[in-house]
Amino acid sequence: MRLRFNFVLGLALALLVVVAAISAGWIAPYDPVIDADLMNSEMPPSWEHWLGTDGQGRDVLSRILYGARVSLTVGLVSQLINSCIGTALGVSAGYFGGWWDDLVNGLTNVMLAIPSLVFALAIMAVLGPGLPSLLIALGLTNWSWTCRIARSSTLSLKNQGFVQAARSAGFSDTNIMRTQILPNILGPVLVIATLGIGGAVLAEAALSFLGVGIRPPQPSWGNMLTDARELIRTAPWASVFPGLAIFITVLGFNLLGDGLRDMLDPHMRTRKA
Amino acid sequence: MLRFIFRRTLQMIPTLLAVVLIIFVIFSVVPGSFISSLMAEGRNATNADVMAHLNEQFGLDKPLPVRLWDYLWGLAHFDLGISYRTREPVWNVIEPRLWPSIKLALAAMGFAGVVGIPLGFLAALKPGSVFDTGTMMLAVSGLSVPEFWLGLLLMYVFALQLGLLPSFGYQADSIRHIILPAIALGVSPMALLARTTRAGVLDVMNADFVRTARAKGLSEPRLVRAHVTRNVLVLILTTLGLQIGSLMGQAIVIEKLFSWPGIGSLLVDSVSARDIPVVQGAVIVIVLWFLVINMLVDVAYAAIDPRIKVA
Amino acid sequence: MNGILPDPVLSVRNLRIGVGRRNEILHDVSFDILPGETYGLVGESGSGKSITGLSVMGLLKRPLEVIGGSVLFRGQDVLKLGSRARRRLRGDRMAMVFQEPMTALNPLATIGRQIAEMFVVHRGMGWADARRKAVEALESVRVPSPEERARSYPHQLSGGMRQRVMIAIALACRPDLLIADEPTTALDVTVQAGVLELIAELCKAEGTAVLLVSHDLGVIANMCRRVGVMDRGRLVEEQDTRALFANPMHPYTRGLLAARPRLGSRTLSGRGRLTELDQVVASEDRARDTPTMTTPRGFQAEATA
Repeated sequence: MRLRFNFVLGLALALLVVVAAISAGWIAPYDPVIDADLMNSEMPPSWEHWLGTDGQGRDVLSRILYGARVSLTVGLVSQLINSCIGTALGVSAGYFGGWWDDLVNGLTNVMLAIPSLVFALAIMAVLGPGLPSLLIALGLTNWSWTCRIARSSTLSLKNQGFVQAARSAGFSDTNIMRTQILPNILGPVLVIATLGIGGAVLAEAALSFLGVGIRPPQPSWGNMLTDARELIRTAPWASVFPGLAIFITVLGFNLLGDGLRDMLDPHMRTRKA
Repeated sequence: MLRFIFRRTLQMIPTLLAVVLIIFVIFSVVPGSFISSLMAEGRNATNADVMAHLNEQFGLDKPLPVRLWDYLWGLAHFDLGISYRTREPVWNVIEPRLWPSIKLALAAMGFAGVVGIPLGFLAALKPGSVFDTGTMMLAVSGLSVPEFWLGLLLMYVFALQLGLLPSFGYQADSIRHIILPAIALGVSPMALLARTTRAGVLDVMNADFVRTARAKGLSEPRLVRAHVTRNVLVLILTTLGLQIGSLMGQAIVIEKLFSWPGIGSLLVDSVSARDIPVVQGAVIVIVLWFLVINMLVDVAYAAIDPRIKVA
Repeated sequence: MNGILPDPVLSVRNLRIGVGRRNEILHDVSFDILPGETYGLVGESGSGKSITGLSVMGLLKRPLEVIGGSVLFRGQDVLKLGSRARRRLRGDRMAMVFQEPMTALNPLATIGRQIAEMFVVHRGMGWADARRKAVEALESVRVPSPEERARSYPHQLSGGMRQRVMIAIALACRPDLLIADEPTTALDVTVQAGVLELIAELCKAEGTAVLLVSHDLGVIANMCRRVGVMDRGRLVEEQDTRALFANPMHPYTRGLLAARPRLGSRTLSGRGRLTELDQVVASEDRARDTPTMTTPRGFQAEATA
């Protein structure tokens, strides 16, 4: 398996963000919330403030570094939840078939029909702002593709020799699903999850931008943009850099996902770049 | 064909019912009801009589299944209930928002199609070339960029710095107002379309029947026109439909950013005002749009692809 | 040898094909096909017989390319022609029928249109006239109710019918050479004979030469005047069909003949265990540099019979 260029670039970008998130406490030059200095608000990038300051005189770089924690937590945790739900539903539906399959299928179609951002917005409205609500809202609304892939892969695996052999050897259904089917669908599930992390980071930013995600003064890339858009004339850097951080993070995970798919499925390589 | 459309329309009903059910259940567990949030805001509903009156007026005193039944019954008569906030029928609140939303979705999709499909096509004709690599990098970037940030940058450059276009707002007959939000909203479907088109063209160009067409002595332009285009269209139609269908939902942030008076901004405003009937109505409209577009895609499939049986 | 043989329609000389410029996979293949003659290329899969056919048509796909030799078609080296001139020959003067009729036709266009296209492209006809000619062409390949079939789509036809449509397309412009690449391999055994007869009959009537590529010795024996045996990108032996079956000269050919499943030799499983060629043919006999073993053509009288 040759390493692909997009995989390497994606991995580098994703690692950059992970390192930033983990080490934010040590490398951030200022405190993202307390160090507000209204005398020095809307300062352009300088040696003291590499990426300038925002409307309340807070260091944009420090806030971006801390914001990485929110974005990454939301991206990773919500995708983990989505993958578990999607895989469990998809595998069981494909394996057992019957009314359960019909039910899961129907539910998947319903989930596809409600745009996930709209769904997440509705859940956020009920749960109120905050990180836990975000994890739930984004973790429950984006499992339909995973479910579809898991289901169709299970359907084709179910009739293959090794699964039939395990069945005639008297393995239990759960055992077969865990040991025979799951390992064979992990690849595509991982690809969708990786691509989904990018989507979740975007969704978090959008919800926070709308004011229902992470509430200020806690920094999140989305709510930084809410404040900054009012200042776009006088302090464009306060808008440019948080957005750039989102872009780089999402690009990293998207490239990583694409690269993974290319490497896991060489046949697709020339077709989908 | 008419029967096919009719049957597909009937198939939408269970999905729609399930959506209503889910939304209804979600909002019935809202801890702070609309009435209590009115009280918290210290407006008028301070005494118990007023609260009881309001509860009765909006039917909130009845148990959940009864309320659900009432809502569905109303829905069957195209009655979406009464807005908590404006006391108007929900439909009257939604209706003026509909056309701006559809216009924005179609404009964004127009941009996505006009740019994305040719890009994907050209990229596929020379796979591995600089143009191809560049297009695919552009596509993955387009899928990664937060659309509201892109909108903000477009606004900054084209409206504030260059003064070429209005920075926000809506005018019924103005094309200039729609350009920036449509581009910001259209970038991600554009990127997706470029990718699917490229993959589709590569697929079709490698198909046996294209080799047959070459063996028949067709020139490349003729071959692409007569044998590739339609087959690619079949491959990208699903993506096209899914994108148009979900654009109305995806537009909420862009609508908010550009103060576009569409369903999306209505949804956001109603969520923060806890105007549940309007939220439900807006979600139903967004889902209905998705379902109708996908039905149209199926109809288009049946029209283009003879292998799909209509009857 | 009796008298003078006519000039060949197709004369392949020292043809070499590579994956890119470096990896040669077809080595110095030479053979001639006379007008009206049916020439067979036989060999295992991967022996290079299909790419030989494709390279004559100019349909090799990208990593594959011709790296040497010449392909003389009616005395003209088509490898030296520009892409436009070459394209005009394709379909008009030389045509091809492929193995897989299920995927070789455009699923979204009617049969009639796909045949009519030949007349539009090569004869400059309008679509209405071309369509009429297409129905005639369908009739000539014995497709029942051709008027109706012309309006059908490929998925509505059986494999045998589709292959007849492919033949109608290929022979629409009465080419001088038809390349048939495993034309019956994907078909039911019951319709194979009909399709082969059709090819033989139509080509005989028009005097069309045929290059028949097949792994099936039975098909080759029934159809061809002369046979080339290919192994690992080389033409190892070329003889008149009868002589080849009676007296195979190359060890590989002998192995190929011996490996044929015969009715009498079936095992009980019904599928018949095929002899592995590697067990029969010594590997030094399959070396790269051995020359083609060839005998002169038989009597001219027989060649046209």
